[in-house]
This record gives sequence, C-alpha cells and structure tokens, in this order.
Amino acid sequence: MIAELGHFALILALLTAVIQGSLPMLGAARGRADWMAVAQPAAILQVVLVALSFAALTYVYVVSDFTVINVVENSHSAKPMLYKVTGVWGNHEGSMLLWILILALFGSMVALFGGNLPPSLKARVLGVQAWIGIGFLLFTLLTSNPFLRVFPAPPDGRDLNPLLQDPGLAFHPPLLYAGYVGFSMAFSFAIAALIEGKLDAAWARWVRPWTLLAWAFLTAGIALGSWWAYYELGWGGWWFWDPVENVSFMPWLLGTALLHSAIVVEKRDALKVWTVLLAILTFSLSLMGTFIVRSGLLTSVHAFATDPERGFFILVLLLITIGGSLLLFALRAPVLKPGGLFSPISREGGMVINNLFLAAACATVFLGTLYPLFLEAVNGSKVSVGPPFFNATFVPLMVPLIFLMALGPLMPWKRADLAGVFSRLKLAGLGAVIAAGITLYLEQGGPILAVAAMGLVGWLFVASLVEWSDRIKLFRAPLGDSWRRARNLPRSAHGMTLAHAGMAVAAAGMIGASVWNLEEVRNLQPGESMEVAGYSYRLDGVEQLEGPNYLADRASLTVTRDGEEIAVLTPEKRLYPVQNMPTTEAGIHTTWVSDLYAVIGDSDGRGGWTVRIFHEPLVPWIWLGSLLMVLGGFVSLSDRRLRIGAPNRQAKAKAAPEPESGPGGHPAAAE
Amino acid sequence: MTQRLLFLLPVLLFVVVAGYFLWGLSPDRDPQALPSGMIDNPTPNFDLPPVPGLEQPGFASADLGQGEVVMVNFFASWCVPCRAEHPFLTELAEETGVPLYGINHRDKPEDAAAWLEELGNPYSRIGADSGRGAVEWGVSGVPETFILDGEGRIR
Amino acid sequence: MTRKHRRLYILVAALLVFGGAAALVLAALDENLDHFRSPSQLIAEPPPLDRGIRLGGLVEEGTVQRSEDGLSVVFRVTDLSESVAVAYTGILPDLFREGQGVVTTGNLQSDGTFAAREVLAKHDENYMPREVVDALKASGQWHDGEGGHSEGMTQ
Repeated sequence: MIAELGHFALILALLTAVIQGSLPMLGAARGRADWMAVAQPAAILQVVLVALSFAALTYVYVVSDFTVINVVENSHSAKPMLYKVTGVWGNHEGSMLLWILILALFGSMVALFGGNLPPSLKARVLGVQAWIGIGFLLFTLLTSNPFLRVFPAPPDGRDLNPLLQDPGLAFHPPLLYAGYVGFSMAFSFAIAALIEGKLDAAWARWVRPWTLLAWAFLTAGIALGSWWAYYELGWGGWWFWDPVENVSFMPWLLGTALLHSAIVVEKRDALKVWTVLLAILTFSLSLMGTFIVRSGLLTSVHAFATDPERGFFILVLLLITIGGSLLLFALRAPVLKPGGLFSPISREGGMVINNLFLAAACATVFLGTLYPLFLEAVNGSKVSVGPPFFNATFVPLMVPLIFLMALGPLMPWKRADLAGVFSRLKLAGLGAVIAAGITLYLEQGGPILAVAAMGLVGWLFVASLVEWSDRIKLFRAPLGDSWRRARNLPRSAHGMTLAHAGMAVAAAGMIGASVWNLEEVRNLQPGESMEVAGYSYRLDGVEQLEGPNYLADRASLTVTRDGEEIAVLTPEKRLYPVQNMPTTEAGIHTTWVSDLYAVIGDSDGRGGWTVRIFHEPLVPWIWLGSLLMVLGGFVSLSDRRLRIGAPNRQAKAKAAPEPESGPGGHPAAAE
Repeated sequence: MTQRLLFLLPVLLFVVVAGYFLWGLSPDRDPQALPSGMIDNPTPNFDLPPVPGLEQPGFASADLGQGEVVMVNFFASWCVPCRAEHPFLTELAEETGVPLYGINHRDKPEDAAAWLEELGNPYSRIGADSGRGAVEWGVSGVPETFILDGEGRIR
Repeated sequence: MTRKHRRLYILVAALLVFGGAAALVLAALDENLDHFRSPSQLIAEPPPLDRGIRLGGLVEEGTVQRSEDGLSVVFRVTDLSESVAVAYTGILPDLFREGQGVVTTGNLQSDGTFAAREVLAKHDENYMPREVVDALKASGQWHDGEGGHSEGMTQ
C-alpha cells in the first residue's frame, strides 16, 4: 500500500512537472503573467510529491517490507537501522529518486525565495528545471521503478553490499548529488538567459550563490568519497583516477571555473558568453557522470548497477539535454552583448587564466577517462589509462595554476601592476623558501621536484593569508582596529581566503601522500614486530568477534616509537555471510602530520598473519584542506550580499555593473 | 561567420562524443547479449553430488545426452531473479514434459531445501555446485538455463 | 586595450594553455597505457617486456600457491583455453577467489610468467569485469544460456 502510494506520488510529480515545464514557458513567451505564475505553486507541489514518494520508499526500507523487490535486493532484516535508511539510496533505483528529490528541492527554493526575480526569468528557470525533472522522472518510472513488488515474497533480503555499510559512504551520495544537481541551477539560469537573450549582473548575482552551494557540496562529497576509499578499501590510497572518480571530479573542475567567471560577470559584465557555456558544460558533465557510472560504458573498480537499456535511455536524455542546450547556445549566444574591457594583467585577466587552466585540466581528465572507449571504437584494442597518465598531464597543469592562484586575489579589476603585486608577495616567497627548507630538512633530500612542489604550496598558503591580513591591516594597525576591519570585511572575502588556504593545505597533503608514503608487508607471528618509518608495530594477537551482521578477525597492533607507546591499531577482516562477502577495515591512527595505517590479510595457518603497514605522511591534510574549502564556500554563502534569496535587495538598487559602495562594499582589492 | 562556427564548436564536439557513447552501448559490446560460445558444444565434464537433505539425485555429464532433451537450470536460494523465474520454469517443465535438472549454485543445503519447500520443486535431478560447475559451464550469474539436445549438446 | 586586442590576448592564452595540455596528453598517452590482454592473446603474441599489460581472466581452480611467509602468491589466470602463471607479492583483494574473475596489472617476464604489481577483483561477487567477459568470448568460452537472464545484481 505504502509502496503504491509512493509510486502514485511519483506519477503525479511527473504530471506536475509537465505543467511546470510548459505553461510558464509559454506564458513567458507570450507575456501572460497568469500562466507564468503557475510555476511557483507547481514547483512547490512537485517537491511535496517527490518527498512523499521518497518517504514511502524510506518507510518500506525501515519496516523491511520484503514484498518490494528493491528492499529485497538491498536490505536485510538484521541490518542496523542507520544502513536501512541509507540503503534507500545505496542502490540505483533509490539513488535516482534521491537525485529527483534534490532537484525538486532546488526548484522549490527558487520558487520560494525568487520573489524578486524578473517574472519571465523566474518562469523560464523553473520551466527548465521542470524539463530536467521530467527526463529523470520518466527514466525512473519507466526503467528504474523502486516500488516494484515481488511475488511470492522471500523471507529475507540480500543485504546491502557491505562496503556500503559505512557512515562515510552512507552520506557520500547525498552530498555528491546535491553538488551535481546544484549545478542544474546554473544550467537553468543559463538556458533561461539564452532564451531571454539577456544576461546582466543581476543574473550573475543569482547564479553565484547556487554555484557556490553546489560547489561546496560537491567538494564535500568528493572528499568524503575519497576518505571512504582510503580507510575502507585498505589499499592505502585515496584517489585512483578510476572513471567513477573522474566523472565526479570533472564537474568540480569546471564548476570551480564557473564560480570564478561568474564573479567577473557580476562585477564587470564581461566573459558572459563563456560563463553561459561553462554553466551548460558543468551540468552536462554532471549528467554525463550519472550516465557513465550507470551504463557500464567504462570499466571501473567501483561497480554500480549497469544495464544497457538504462544506458540507452540516459543517452537519449543526454542528447536532448546537452545537445539541445549547446545548440541553443550556438544559436543564441551571439546575441549576448559583449561587456566591459580589461587589460590582460588584471583581476579579470587572472580569472581568464584560471578558467583556461581549469578547463584544460578538465579536458585532460576527460580524454584520459574516455580514451579507452575511443580507442576501442577505432581499432578494437583494449587499454586502460592509469594514474601515470594523469600524473603526467593533470599535475603539470596544476603547477602554474597554483603559482598564479597566489597572484589573482591581489590584482585589482581592470588593470593591475605586476611589480606591485609581486612586492606584496615577498612574504609568500619567504613562505615558499621555508616550506621547501622544512621539507628538505625532514626528508633528507628526497626528489627535488617534490621539495619544489612543497615550496609552491607554501607560497600559495602564505599569499592567501597575506591578501587577507593586508585588508584588515593585521599588525599594521592596532589589533582592535584589525578586528573591527575583519568584522566589516565581507564574508565572501573570508570565504575566499579559507578556500584558497584550504587548497594549499590539501595540495600539501596530496604531495606528501604521493611522494613519501611507505608501504611494507610482513608475515608476523603474535609477539613479533616490524619497523616502518621509525615506528615499531607489534602484533599482539588476533581475535574473532561477531558484529550485528558480520563476523570478524580483529588484530591488535601496538605501535611504539623509541619505546614509547603511541597507539593500538585494530584492523579487521570482516565477512558478511548474507552476501558471502569479505571486507577490510583498516586500523588508522593519525598524528596530524601523518597516518599510521594497518591492514591484516590472511592467516598462514601456522599462527602467523599477513600484516600490511602504510606510513602515510600528510594524508590528514587532504581532508583538513577539503574541509577548509567547504567551510570557505559556506562562509562566502553567508555573505549577506550572496545569501540565497536575499541578493535582489541589492540587485534592485543597482543594475549597473559598477562596484557599489557602502557597508557591504565589494571585496575588490582596488578599493 | 567564423564567430558563428566557433559557437557551433561545442555542440559539434558533443555530437562526436555522443556518437562514441552510442557505439559503446551497442549490443555487441554488451556482455548480456553475447551469443553463447557454448552453443553446439557438448557440456563440460562434471559430476555433481546431490544436495544433502533432498531426495532428488545429483547428476553427471554421463546422465545427459541419453537421447532426451533436457533443461539445466542454475539456481540459488539467495538469488532474487531465480525466485521470479521459478513459477515460469515450473510451468514450462509441466507443460512441455521436458525434464528439468537443477544445479544449486553456492548455496547452503538447508536453505535450498527450504526454498524448494516453499516454492515447489519442479526439478527431477538436482546437483550441488560449490562454484566450480558454474565456471565450467561459463555461467556468469544465476539464474541461467541451458537446453541440451538428445546428444548432450547445448542448444 | 580595444575589444580586438582583448580577444587576441585571450585567444593566444587559450592556444598556449590548451596546446600545452595537448602536448602533455600526446606524450603521456604513448607511454602510460596498460593494454588489456587475455591469456590466449598473451601467449599467441607476446608483447614487449616493458609494456604495461592488464591480464584478465579467471583464477584457475587449484593453482593458488602461497609462499612460506604468506606474502607472495603464484596462481594461474585462465580464459579457459590458455593460462598464464602470475606472481604477486602483497595482500590479495578481499574478493580474490579461485574460479573468480580478476584483472592483474603488470609486465610479462622473459620466462613467460607474469609479474603483477596490482591484482583487482570486483567489489561484487556476481559481477564479472567486462574485459574478462570479452576475453572469454574471444576464446570461445563465453555463453549465455537459453532463457537465462543473468542480470547483475549489483549495488
């Protein structure tokens, strides 16, 4: 009954979306306000219906209703409640429903808070949102209905893949989808602007917070996924350049570019055509990610339900959405009037360079990810593109980007003076030397490139702080004065500093983890120990224990350094009997400058166990840096000029792209 | 004019990529739709013991190809599609009178017995397979059904 | 700074960045590819020893031998017509089992064995890597039984 209700609500949501996608669009074209006004209640009804449907699915999971095939395949009565709930989106059908729910949520937010958007723009944005919704609702209802029943009902379910029974992965998909789907807002605004043939600073003012929100969610989602892979797969790695990872990374790269170019549109009314293209491409890559993951097009270590029929359906959806929007772009973009002029050496110029590098980096990831498919199509040979490819292409593109990232925020709009910028960066130069020096001292040599890379990261970190401390006159004015300045500084300025510094911290972690990580495998008898990177690991013993739905061998390893006990690591090897599936739980102790990471393998049958120890320097910084970036995103969002729903109070006051003055002044360094 | 072409570039590039995607989805690249390499081949050599607790005997390759057409079905109690196709198989075996042999794949005997108890047992012989049989038959997942002619060749 | 100048500047910058990226890609694509081979292909046409190879197939039953210290392991990967000995040192993936599909990455040695630096098994036990399926198909060992729909029950 409940399942049928959910199904029914979903069908009603589709009908609502059809109305939301047609009437307001027509109204906008004919200038009929009453038709346009339909969009708002429709969007709200839409989210209510989809939420009902999602609640119904959650309910059948919570009560373990094994007459629903989706529950049978992905749940089990003995599963902990947390994973019964997260199991709702731990499978293809349920995750599509989550996708649609988030889409509807974003749509309703425009409906609720977009009161002072121009009515035709609002109607069109909601119309485009509804079109996307129609596509995915059709897809879910026709090929991936989560509410199908099975008869006769089996006594119990097949359980959720044990790898997914983990808090990290439980919340990875919602964050990731919030990111993917969040970019649909920028997309809808871009399409609406193309249809209107008008794009101004007020448009960018709306697009920016949505992009920022999506970007922050996506950053968090990717970081969480990477963290999960790091502690759950037991390979000691955090990023494998696997197709499934790459398809989430590509929208991040372009989304980051969009975030910056939208600022230029808002402040300087320039780069409009490019920004619209970026908005379309970013969301297109998000859609493509969904397609690639679910169609079995590429071979990946991370399995997902693959079904060619579904793949074909999504491909048609992609053709309509991406092909249609790019065609619209080709036809309508030339109409958009070019905006303000700027010198190559200026804030705008810096943003252009930033966008070029990010787009080029995204292109290399795209090529590397899809190259196996291209090559197979051309001559049938099967290849895989591994991490060495990405290290040789992506990383060299990041080096100049990080170097220039330090300069950008210090450059004023319109025209900047490079010598002046560099003179403000003396301290950053010192930071670079210090970071390189520390690295050299700690590592006693090591690859010279890695030392230089650490220097580069030090440069970025200090430069980000220099820009911020200059603005609040830290140490140049009395502290109280600085404090007052810091409080008056727009939140977005704090956010940018946090995000840029976070990038530096995360980059340092990535360099450390890839260059200096150590790995040793040994067969240990209880009582024996092994030495890795100055730490001694003693195997105390291995005990068997029973979890709620698994059996485990748990080893306990005492870590000592110079005779002093540091930690006890308890890596486990679990077996989930329902799926007859073993998993590895790594034992990790973090010292904040490195992770001590232990995994146990098989017993040799004579009392000995295979023990694998990783020494992972700086890895915690990757998560710390990502966290700072996400935090930066949210701090920026809380800026009252950017706050979702609020921006139009200012937008009304000013349509012109000139910097405004007053207490909420622009963060431009020119001021 | 050249500017117009520049604006068309993204959509053209996308069409090329989409073409590759379409190719990537084409049926001959799809593992599910591959013609069976086993067709026309004799069955592999095997000898499967009966499932403990069930009265049906197990069977070996020698039991096949006795001049009679036989269906061989891989199943397991933990497999949901098996449950879905079970009524259909039962009906098929009853209506056509073709003997249906079952291979119980990677299953606990008591689970298999309970499963057959609950859903009915259309199999005239049931062999227990710990996994090796499936590899020899080239089964990638359960359920999977083979039809053998009177000479024991897979059709 | 006129509009024309600005456009020229952006164009030059774009060409530089994207040209550089293209050069990097071309250089890297040549050297950093792993070519997928089945055991039959590996034996029929041995590749140069320095070429990265991904060898896919099934772990042959009864061939997994661990060394005294339990760290190194030798097993044979088969496509059911040929098989190749693979040596690997380290912890095998959780899902590594005899009779299951694996993909190993490494190099062919001069003695005809394969030195793996990475062994992957799929997350899901009913799933077979597509490359493995294709390799089995190429060796004529892949088959889909009549009526058997082996839909992957993956998460």
